[in-house]
Amino acid sequence: MISLRINGETREVDVPPNMALLWVLRDVLGMTGTKFGCGIAQCGACTVHMDGKAVRSCLLPVGAIGERAITTIEGIGATSNGTKVQKAWLDLEVIQCGYCQSGQIMSAAALLDAIPHPDDADIDAAMAGNICRCGTYVRIRQAIKHAATEA
Amino acid sequence: MLNERKRTNSVAPPSDHSESPRVSRRGFLEMTAATTFLFSFSVPMRSTRAAGEAASFAPNAFIRINRHGEVTLIMPQVEMGQGTYTSISMILAEELDADWSLVRVEHAPADEKLYANPDLTIQATGNSNSIRAFWKPLRVAGAATRACFVEAAARAWGISSAECRTENSKVIHNRTGRTLDYGALVDRAAAITPAKDPPLKDASAFRLIGRSLKRLDTPDKVNGKAQYGIDVLPPGVKFATLASSPVLGGSVAHVDDHRALAVPGVRQIVVLDDLVAVVGDHMWAAKCGLEALDITWNDGPNAEVSSDLIWSQLRSASLRVGAVAKEVGDVKKALGAGGERSNEVITSTYELPLLAHACMEPLNCTVHVTPTSAEAWIGTQVMERVRAAVAKAAGLPESQVTVHNHLIGGGFGRKLEPDMAYSAARIAKHVDGPVKVVWTREEDIRHDIYRPVYRDILWARLEGARIVGWKHRVSGSAVMARFLPAFFQKGVDPDGVDSAQDIPYDIPNYRVEFNREEPPGVITGFWRGVGPNNNVFAIESFIEELARKAGKDSIAFRRAHLDKTPRLQAALDLVREKSGWGTPLPTRCGRGVAAQISFASFIATVVECEVDGAGEVKLRRVTSAVDTGISVNPDTVMAQLQGGLVFGLTAALYGEITLKKGRVQQSNFHDYRMLRIDQVPQIDVHLIKSGEAPGGIGETGATASIPALRNAIYAATGVALRRMPIDRNLLATTHT
Repeated sequence: MISLRINGETREVDVPPNMALLWVLRDVLGMTGTKFGCGIAQCGACTVHMDGKAVRSCLLPVGAIGERAITTIEGIGATSNGTKVQKAWLDLEVIQCGYCQSGQIMSAAALLDAIPHPDDADIDAAMAGNICRCGTYVRIRQAIKHAATEA
Repeated sequence: MLNERKRTNSVAPPSDHSESPRVSRRGFLEMTAATTFLFSFSVPMRSTRAAGEAASFAPNAFIRINRHGEVTLIMPQVEMGQGTYTSISMILAEELDADWSLVRVEHAPADEKLYANPDLTIQATGNSNSIRAFWKPLRVAGAATRACFVEAAARAWGISSAECRTENSKVIHNRTGRTLDYGALVDRAAAITPAKDPPLKDASAFRLIGRSLKRLDTPDKVNGKAQYGIDVLPPGVKFATLASSPVLGGSVAHVDDHRALAVPGVRQIVVLDDLVAVVGDHMWAAKCGLEALDITWNDGPNAEVSSDLIWSQLRSASLRVGAVAKEVGDVKKALGAGGERSNEVITSTYELPLLAHACMEPLNCTVHVTPTSAEAWIGTQVMERVRAAVAKAAGLPESQVTVHNHLIGGGFGRKLEPDMAYSAARIAKHVDGPVKVVWTREEDIRHDIYRPVYRDILWARLEGARIVGWKHRVSGSAVMARFLPAFFQKGVDPDGVDSAQDIPYDIPNYRVEFNREEPPGVITGFWRGVGPNNNVFAIESFIEELARKAGKDSIAFRRAHLDKTPRLQAALDLVREKSGWGTPLPTRCGRGVAAQISFASFIATVVECEVDGAGEVKLRRVTSAVDTGISVNPDTVMAQLQGGLVFGLTAALYGEITLKKGRVQQSNFHDYRMLRIDQVPQIDVHLIKSGEAPGGIGETGATASIPALRNAIYAATGVALRRMPIDRNLLATTHT
């Protein structure tokens, strides 16, 4: 059994230690908000936080997580920057198909945790790992800035 | 405030195991079971009385209202990000005068009689026509339902219905101000026969249409609750992934599965003629199992197919005279005595490559086959075709197959095909219980139904600065001939010549030909922008070369040929003003314009770019002006254009699928690249207010940006690119 700390709760899972966190979340724990996009950390759809840092869960073995706290899209609304990003995403109607947006929101929330008022270069650096096939990038950029101005 | 997001709006997941308390699948199953009429709004339905559910009034296939006044709208078109659930709901709610905060939406079941797209004739979402095709039927459905409530209230009050009006799900008696809620009128309304041809609102009376209302589907997309096809977890579900024959038409020769079966969590290997699937306790096990399989393939007849072969066949075929799609005036005479070989005739050739769709949600379908029935969960643009595919695979009549549709993580035409459901159902037939079949990204890219290769040859003759003769020969796949054969007539594919045979420019003599040539070893299909993608690229590239030949400004030259098309002239004027057209730029920077009428929208786009010494293209700015008629939801129109422009730019900069030894060479986002946020410039979309009938918008941006970028590169470097994607070697000034 592997013990994981996910969104503040302890979850015990009986899976191989080399299993990618993505599939533990989706197929074992039924937390399907985190998405599968490429399986090789190229697209960012599977982004979650590990101790507050954005990581790609498709290549993260569960056995390597240990005590570190995992936050997913289902739990990001409980954080201050997570709430701001979610609200900004809706205020600016960023989302189209929405499939990549769990990952986009997780990357954006981690960015605001690290840099409360990011400039364009900060946004490029933090978000370039997240592909949006619908092409919502213009609004993602605006929404991050919008979220940064919320009290 | 209508613009405030109402949390009561939600998209009802269609399956019973959903957590939503507002799921009412039972309601709509009963309703559709009781509904036998053809696509029509005139037959009254008995209200349904499901146990534990309030009675409801369902006068047509799109609207159901219960005694609590909750308005459920059943979506005949699918939501894949284009915002159609919100726009369709706005149209229905507008004519119904429904309280927007009480509106919820439900995915339509597979039922071609009730939910066929009037333009496409099948239950399909595509060709950017959801609003165009359903504009009138939905308004009629809403208005007829509203009239039932008015009549019901009038009867209750013993007055004439002419004395009443409606607002926010209430009937109001004008003189006394008395009101009755729609919910309270449900039983009485159900006894009234809806009118076939009710009066529709004048546009000046619209309360919802034309406003940027918040989308109904997005709140659940910020917190992980939205359910896509790939997210379903029916009780007892197993997980599978597959390897298909890497060569189209190939088959499995031998499988050594002993290592795969030893992978923890792997339960079963399913070997079919053309694919091998690994079934496990989770996708991780299935993926590891797949990697541990040793499969030998018979490559079959396409083993030697290559991109070189595909192009040499297409290039030869393009020299044939094609079937005539349109002929106006005397083209032979206009192109000069020497015909198309005359020295005066300007000619050019343009080519577009195979493209994958690369939807962010990889192909998937969950299927449960039993000896007597089958159930499938998917996000698809073609519900009825998926049902037929599952039925065929399971060997069951369609009546025994239930399909649950879901939000779609990107469609772009890929989900107009039911192939994934057919493969999944064939696998599921060998599995005990439900199985979720998920394609890896590599399998998704390598087994796409690709955007066709196209080759366009154009000829024109100028007299002064006017085009007097024009000939355009399109060579490529006839997608419609496969998809909807009845539309393929006399050798002309209507999609293949869309936006070409109806070229907007005023040219007295012109001819458009279509030359069908299917690439060997590849199946081609619809890809965002479809036929217009090719034709607008070819036409707008060629027009640019003609403008240069004529020594005219690119916008002025186009405008001079558009006197009969003032809506496109207005779009050009606006984009000239907003894009900074004509203002100085640094060296190796340029602006390019493209004008188009596609999907009944009038759009002018300017792309500004910089080309560096290595031939790398940097996007600086994109500006579009669009007249799409009445915008049901203007913010959605803007969003679709913004995203569509990026979709086209991605293809122009990177998009190409190539084959070698019958195998697709690309596999994932490292070698089939997507534009990323750090490459995307400012994109400004300007809407032109219009009272014309709504046009299509979902695909237009993809069609607009490719020629605009091509022309910007032409302006920046003087290099007239004639094929996509951009070849950096042709643009480089420094070679290493």
